[in-house]
Amino acid sequence: MTQPVLSVRNLEVEFVTRRATLRAINGVSFDIARGEVLGVVGESGAGKSVTGLAVIGLIDPPGRISGGEIELSGTRIDHLPPEQIRRIRGKRIGMIFQDPLTSLNPLYRIGDQIIETIRTHTNLTETAARKRAIDLLAEVGIPAPEKRIDGYPHEFSGGMRQRVVIALAICAEPELIIADEPTTALDVSVQAQIIALIKRLGRDHGTAVMLVTHDMGVIAETCDRVAVMYSGRIAEIGPVQEVVRNPLHPYAKGLMGAIPTLAGEDKRLVQIPGSMPRLSAIPPGCPFNPRCAFVFDRCRVDRPEPIKQGTQAVACHLFDPAKETAA
Amino acid sequence: MLAFTLRRFLQAIGVMLAVGVIAFAMFRFAGDPVNQIVSIDTSAAQRAEIRQSLGLNDPVLVQFGRYFINALQFKFGVSYQFRLPVSSLLAERLPATLELAICATLFAMVAGILMGVYSALRRDTVLAKLFQAVSLIGISLPTFLIGILLIYLFAVTLGWLPSFGRGEVVKLGWWTTGLLTVSGLKALIMPSITLGLFQMTLIMRLVRAEMLEVLRTDYIRFARARGLTTRAIHFGHALKNTLVPVITVAGLQFGSVIAFSIITETVFQWPGMGLLFVQAVQNVDIPIMAAYLLMVSLIFVTINLVVDILYTVVDPRLRSTVGRAS
Repeated sequence: MTQPVLSVRNLEVEFVTRRATLRAINGVSFDIARGEVLGVVGESGAGKSVTGLAVIGLIDPPGRISGGEIELSGTRIDHLPPEQIRRIRGKRIGMIFQDPLTSLNPLYRIGDQIIETIRTHTNLTETAARKRAIDLLAEVGIPAPEKRIDGYPHEFSGGMRQRVVIALAICAEPELIIADEPTTALDVSVQAQIIALIKRLGRDHGTAVMLVTHDMGVIAETCDRVAVMYSGRIAEIGPVQEVVRNPLHPYAKGLMGAIPTLAGEDKRLVQIPGSMPRLSAIPPGCPFNPRCAFVFDRCRVDRPEPIKQGTQAVACHLFDPAKETAA
Repeated sequence: MLAFTLRRFLQAIGVMLAVGVIAFAMFRFAGDPVNQIVSIDTSAAQRAEIRQSLGLNDPVLVQFGRYFINALQFKFGVSYQFRLPVSSLLAERLPATLELAICATLFAMVAGILMGVYSALRRDTVLAKLFQAVSLIGISLPTFLIGILLIYLFAVTLGWLPSFGRGEVVKLGWWTTGLLTVSGLKALIMPSITLGLFQMTLIMRLVRAEMLEVLRTDYIRFARARGLTTRAIHFGHALKNTLVPVITVAGLQFGSVIAFSIITETVFQWPGMGLLFVQAVQNVDIPIMAAYLLMVSLIFVTINLVVDILYTVVDPRLRSTVGRAS
C-alpha cells in the first residue's frame, strides 16, 4: 500500500477555558490517500471543522492539539514551529472555508490576492504569477479570466467567489485540500457545480481532499470514503457506499435514516432522540450511549475503540466479538 | 462618481450659506456696530454719517447680499481693534496655525496608528496595557492642563524647550514657517503634542478596536490558511481594512484640531488664528469673530468633502455602488 497523503493518529484537541479543559477532539484517526476524497460528516459541534483546522495548524488559542500525530506524506507536521507550518499552509495544504462572501478581502482585487499567494509560495515573477493566476481562474471555470482578474470580490456572485476561493486554495498545487462546508452557503444548483469542480480538481491533480460537511447528499455524490463523527470521535469510517447503504454504528444508522428520499413513502423521517452532549458533559463510556437504542451496561463505562468490520471500522461494542465479557 | 462628487459639493455650498447667515447675523445681534466703532463723544450726526457710509440703512437683504459678495472675495471688513482688514490679519496668522495643526495631526496619526497596531497585535504585553492606561489619561485630561504640565516639566524644570511663542520664523513669500530654524522646530514640539494628544489617543483606541475586529474576520483566517506571512497579513490585509474608519476620524479631527487650537495657542502664546480669535472675543471684535467662524466652517466642510471622496478611493465597494446609484 502506498503512503497516504494525510495520516492522522489519535488526534486530541483541547480548549482550555477558565472553568474546565474541554476536549473537542478525542482520539481521532484516519488516512487519506492520493486522489481520494474523504467526507467527514456529523452534527454541528461534532468536531468536524476543528479536525480540519487542526490538520492545517490553525487552531486558535485557547485551543491546542494536546495529543496524537498528524503526518503529511510521511512527515510529522503537528508540532512544527509556527513559521514552518505557515510554509506548509497554502503550499502543501489548501483550505476552502464555508462562506465565500467573507473569505476574500474586500479591499484587494482578486488577482492581487491570488498573485500574492502564488508569490508567497513560489519564486515566480509578478508577470508569471499573473499568468498563472489567469490560468487558475480559467481552470476553476471563471469566464473571461483575463478581465475578471482585476475585479474586486464584491463584483462576483457567491458561486463565482467560491471558485476564486478554490483557485486560491489550489494555486500552489497542494497535496491536500481541506474543504470546510464549501457548499453550505451556496444555493443548490451552484452547490452541484462547486462539488463537481472540487471532484474534478482532485482527480486531475491527484490531490487528496478532506470534505467536511453535514450534507449527506454531497457526501454520497462526491466522496470515496466517509467518516461519521460524533462528540469529537469517529463513530464509523468506511467506503461511502457501504456506510450509506449499510451503516453499522447505531448513530450512523440514525443519520442515514434521516435522509429524505424522493421515492420515499409518505412517512415521517427517522429521528434520533435527544441531542449531542455538550463538550462539558460528555458521558463516560460511549458518548452516544444516552441516545442509543441498543445500549447495554458496557457502553456506559467502557469507551469503544474502532473495530474492523470488512472495509468499515466502527467504534461500537455491539461489534466486539467479546462484548459481554469485558467491563 | 462625478455625480456623487457634485452632489456632495452642492451640499457643502448649502452648509456654507447657512453659516454665512449666522456670521452675518452676529453683526446685528451683538449690539449696534456703530457703537463699537465710535467713541463716547461722537455726535449723533457723525454717527448717522458712519451708519450711512457702512450701508447700515439699507434693507437687511441688501446688506446680506453685500456681505456675501464681499465674503466670496475674502473681504471680511475691518477689525475694530486693529483698524486693519480682517483678511490680512487672518492670512498673517494662518501659517502658524496650519503648521501647528499639521504637525499635531501627523504626530497623532503616526503615534496613534503605531500604538494602536501594537496594542492590538500584542494585546497581553505590559507595553500594550501601558498604552491603554496612557490613552485614558490623554482622553480625560483637558488640553490646557497637559500644556501647562509640559511647560512646567520641559521649559521650567528641565529648560529644554521654549515655553511660549514660535521661535525664529523664515518668510517664504507671504507664508512664514518655523520649520526651517532650530528654535522654530523646538517651539513646535510641545504645542504639537498638546494639541495632538487627544487625537492620538482617539486614533490609537480606534485602530486597536478596529484591528481586533478585522483580525477576527473570515478573510484574515483565510489569508492565514493561504500561508501568507504574518507581516503580510497584519500590515497588508488587516491594516488596510482598519484604515477605512481611521481616515474618516483623522480627517474630521483635523478640522477640530484647527478649531480647538484656540486653547493650545493661548497656553503657549502661539501667534496663530486661535490667539487672534481669543483676543477678538475679549474686545468684541465682531468682524474677526465672524470671519473666523466662516473660515473654520469652510475648513470643516472642505475636509468632509475630501474624506467622502477619499473613502471611495480606499474602498472599492463604495466606488461601484456610488457609480451604480448615479
